Amino acid sequence: MARFGMVIDTAKCVGCADCVVACETENNVPEGYARDWIKQVATGKFPNTQLEIRSERCNHCSDAPCVTACPTGASHFHDVGGIVLVDHNECIGCKACIASCPYDARFVHPEGYVDKCTFCVHRVEEGLDPACVSVCPTHCMHFGDLDDPNSEVSKLLNSRKHHSLLPEAGTKPNIFYLI
Amino acid sequence: MIEITTTRHNHLIDPSLHIWGWEIPVYLFLGGMVAGMMLISGYFLFSGRYKETNCSCYYLPIMSFLLLSLGMFALFLDLEHKPYVWRLYTTFQITSPMSWGSWILVLVYPILFASMLMRPHRLLLEKIPHVKKWHEYLHSKPMLIKYLGVVSMFFGAAIGMYTGVLLSSLGARPLWSSSILWLLFLVSGLSSAAAFVHLIAKNVYERELLAKSDNAFLILELFIITVFLIGLSSNSDVHAKALDLLMTGKYAAVFWVFVIGMGIVIPLFIQLLAVNHKIHHTPIAPIMVIIGGLILRFVIVAAGQYSHWYVLTN
Repeated sequence: MARFGMVIDTAKCVGCADCVVACETENNVPEGYARDWIKQVATGKFPNTQLEIRSERCNHCSDAPCVTACPTGASHFHDVGGIVLVDHNECIGCKACIASCPYDARFVHPEGYVDKCTFCVHRVEEGLDPACVSVCPTHCMHFGDLDDPNSEVSKLLNSRKHHSLLPEAGTKPNIFYLI
Repeated sequence: MIEITTTRHNHLIDPSLHIWGWEIPVYLFLGGMVAGMMLISGYFLFSGRYKETNCSCYYLPIMSFLLLSLGMFALFLDLEHKPYVWRLYTTFQITSPMSWGSWILVLVYPILFASMLMRPHRLLLEKIPHVKKWHEYLHSKPMLIKYLGVVSMFFGAAIGMYTGVLLSSLGARPLWSSSILWLLFLVSGLSSAAAFVHLIAKNVYERELLAKSDNAFLILELFIITVFLIGLSSNSDVHAKALDLLMTGKYAAVFWVFVIGMGIVIPLFIQLLAVNHKIHHTPIAPIMVIIGGLILRFVIVAAGQYSHWYVLTN
C-alpha cells in the first residue's frame, strides 16, 4: 500500500506563503484559520546563526495519535496512501484529537467539526499534486509515495540530509525537511 | 538561542492550546466524585450496612445520578459539533479512552437505577407497580444486594480511573504523560466523595468512618502527587519543563495554595484533630477537600494544555 508524504527543501523555501494562500483558496479555509503555515526558526549566536524556513501542516503520521484518540472513528486513515482525514459527519467536536497532536495541526472549524490538512485528497485521487505543492514558485515542495523506492520523494530522501518534526514524539511523521 | 516566528494563529490553538475551558474540569471532577460515591455506597451495600435505616447507601445513588448527569451536561456543552453527539454510540473505538468512557457511563446509569430501588421515592412506589415489585424482590434477596454492591464498586472504580486515563493517553501534552494520573484522579475522587458523604451523612458511625477514611485518602493523595511530580522530573526535558509549570511556573501558586495547602494539608490537619476528639467535627474541612478536588482538575487540565513539545523545546 502506498504511503503518501511530502519532502520540502528548506534550502529553496523563501517563506513566500504561496502554499498557505493556495490551500486557503483550494479548500475554502475559513478566514483567520490555517491548514498550513510558514515557520521561521532562527538558531545559533551571532555571527554563527542559521535560519530555517519551513512550510508546515499535518504530518499525516503513520502512528497518528489523533486517530487512536478519536471516540467516533471520525479521524481515520484514508484507503489511498494512509492520508489522515476527518469525516465531518462523524466528528462530535470533542477535541481529543487536537489535544493528542504534538504539532497542533488541527483546529475547530467554525461549523463545529475538527479540520486540518487533507493533502488535498480530492486532487490526489485524480493524480494531481496537493495545491500547495503545485503552486510553489521555488519548487521546494515534493509529494509522492514514500514506500515506492523509485518515487521522487524517496530519491530525494536517499540523496539528501533531512529531518522530520519532533520524531521523539513517536508518531512517525510523513513530512520531511531537506537541509 | 532559538527564535521562532509563525504565520499560524488558529483560534484556541495559538499562542498556546486552550481547547478545554471550565466544562472538562467540572466533568472530570463530578465524574470522579460520583465514582467515589459509587465505591462508598457499593461498599455499604456489600457489607450489609444497608440494614441501618439511615444508611447513606439509600440516598447516594440518586445524588450520584444527579451529579453525573450534571457532569455529562457540562461535557455536552464542551462539544463543538453538538448535533452529532449520538455518533459516540454508533461505534466502539477500542483505542480511544473517550469511547470507553462514553460506554461505561451508559452502563453506570442502570446500576444507579438498580441501587435507587433499595429505597425508591414514595410517589414512585405508589404510582408504578413494577417499582414496588422490584423493590420487594431486591430486599428478598440479600445476595443480590451484595452483588449490586460489587458491581457498583467495579463501575465506580472504572469511571474514576477513566477520568485520569482520558488525559494521560494524550501523549502530546507532557504534563499529562504520567502512568499514575488515573490513580491520582481515582483517589482524589474517593476523597471528595468521602468528604461529601461526611458532610451530609445522617448516621453518626458513617460520619466518623468517612472522616477517618478521608484522612487516609488525603495522605494517599499527597503520596501519589509526590510520585507524580518525581515521575515528571525524572522523565525527559520536556516533562521536567512541564513540571516547572506546577513547581515554579504560572500554575504554581494556585497548585500549592489551593490544591495542596487548602485542599489537602489544612483539612487533613483539621480532620485529624476531629477524629482524635480534640475538636468537634466541622463542615469546613470537607468543604475545603471538595473545592480542592475541583481546583486540582482545573489546574491539571489548564497546565496540561499549556505544556507542549514545541513551546517547551524549540
